[in-house]
Amino acid sequence: MTDTLARPASAGLPGPTGAASGSKRKRRPLGRNPLGLLFSAPYLVFVLLIFAYPVGYSVWISFHDFFFAAPGAQVSRPFVGLQNYITALTDPQVIQSFGNVGIFLIINVPLTVVLSLLLATGLNKVTHAVTFLRVSYYIPYVTASIAVVAVWSFLFNNNGLVNSILGPLAPNPSWLINAHWAMPIIALFVTWKQLGFYILLYLAALQAVPKELYESASTDGAGAIRSFFSVTVPGVRTATVLVLLVSTVTGANLFTEPYLLTNGGGPDGHSTSPVLLMYQKGIEQGQPDVASAIGVVLVIAVLIIALLQNRFAGGRD
Amino acid sequence: MTTATKSARVLDSKPRRSRNSDPRMSGGQRILRGVVLGIGAVVFLFPFYYMIIGSLQTKLDSTVTGLIPNPANISGANYVQINERINLFQGLLNSGIFTAGVLICTLLFGLLVGYALAILQWRGRGVTFALALLVQVVPFQLLIIPLYVLIARDYGLADNYLGMILPFAINSTAVIIFRQYFLQLPRELFEQARIDGASELKVLRLIALPLVRPALITVVLLTFIGPWNEFLWPFLITKNAALQPLAVSLANYITNVANSTSNPFGAALAGAAVLAAPVVILFIVFQRYFISTDIGSGVKG
Repeated sequence: MTDTLARPASAGLPGPTGAASGSKRKRRPLGRNPLGLLFSAPYLVFVLLIFAYPVGYSVWISFHDFFFAAPGAQVSRPFVGLQNYITALTDPQVIQSFGNVGIFLIINVPLTVVLSLLLATGLNKVTHAVTFLRVSYYIPYVTASIAVVAVWSFLFNNNGLVNSILGPLAPNPSWLINAHWAMPIIALFVTWKQLGFYILLYLAALQAVPKELYESASTDGAGAIRSFFSVTVPGVRTATVLVLLVSTVTGANLFTEPYLLTNGGGPDGHSTSPVLLMYQKGIEQGQPDVASAIGVVLVIAVLIIALLQNRFAGGRD
Repeated sequence: MTTATKSARVLDSKPRRSRNSDPRMSGGQRILRGVVLGIGAVVFLFPFYYMIIGSLQTKLDSTVTGLIPNPANISGANYVQINERINLFQGLLNSGIFTAGVLICTLLFGLLVGYALAILQWRGRGVTFALALLVQVVPFQLLIIPLYVLIARDYGLADNYLGMILPFAINSTAVIIFRQYFLQLPRELFEQARIDGASELKVLRLIALPLVRPALITVVLLTFIGPWNEFLWPFLITKNAALQPLAVSLANYITNVANSTSNPFGAALAGAAVLAAPVVILFIVFQRYFISTDIGSGVKG
């Protein structure tokens, strides 16, 4: 993951004047135009305050006996080593929530990659109704989760439209209160909700695939399907790595959907997510230290998955 | 990457759809493509249609016939009912203040950083750009506990607009998009103005800014949907109903109140429609600024 990030960062540095001012730089410790630092100061302060410091603080909390105290009160928060991690990882609820996210990712990530690439490829070639199609694909993405959750729970409730179409085929108990169906429905919901964003990413990537490649594939007698697999798929590989990464991170962040769609991770914890538990344990039950430990474990798990994805889907270039 | 995006963007604004009669595609394949894209559109739009239909039904009809509007069963009763339970106007106002705060900070400070990153030569520019990319992959779940401790407990900003705005104040994707746009402007423009004695702020305001107006709209759209739709953070730090954005008060209605009412879904759908409408309208009006390559480059750098 750091690899994909570092590359565009260094490649994107605008070079032409930067290289030329090498000798001058020694006389100007802040660069040719120190005003740049002043212009960036608010943003840098923001990043330090809202991202860098809290990330460090979160790790610190996870290694200490931390509890909420009245503002200004002097309390001791002793170092407890791995105690919070042990508490978190021996809790069957926590283990279950990680398993749930695993189920979520297994359904959501492949479905997202396949559907968004297919729809983007189609959209890229179509000539009629492009605006209509684009708008309809992006609308779920730009709408608030809460708003569409309301429709989905209406559609999938016991007497909802889905069940009245399915009739006797409807699962019992109904979708969102069924231990086997709750998580897959959430995974489908998130796929549907986020797909527009990934279509957008693939559309950008498709613009960058050289047209000559399609022409030479065509000359070699490749049909539409063949050239999709031998030109399009390898051509958008960087975007695929990004889609894998972003959809995995989004899945790991799951909170709103189990909170609202399945009434707080029900039935019986079959759709809890780690972030939902972090909220319940950290803020409702006043154990921010254990919640931080869950957060750190979750981020490490995401990093490992992202590295594996980059390793296997990223290829060498 | 940068040059590829640049040229692609130019092409994208007036789509080069010369591949109209794609020689590789048979007629059957083209029809299949149309059908797949059409089904996609229906799947994406249907829940929105259903949201509106459901919100207008006086008595809830979740059978298949309920899909067709029945004049005898249509009224605004659900909107009245949700407005009695949660103050829709106050909710919209709070969402608006939250969103406006984020937009102002992002436009003001984002433009300054974007300009500095693209046009000015200074120490630490590379690091700042790398930070803007890195920030976008920091998972928010790692931040909720420390941010809650800091903002709600230490700074006492719970139930406060400032506390709501702070974590989202400057959108890093916007910073990258601004930088990308400024990079595309010819440097001679700036050199000339500087020789004429214009200060850097004046150059930014009078020369650079008017040239990146499309970027402003893209950034406003992209930034708007963040705070307007955000649930978790304002939910954590606002307990006072009078300060809650609409997303939070609607969620509280769905989890706590809905089940005790006669038509629980109807009122929830009416609230959902009110919450969704501003973004959907804004997006439809300005959809041509929601261009794939701009946002793609913003995320990828």
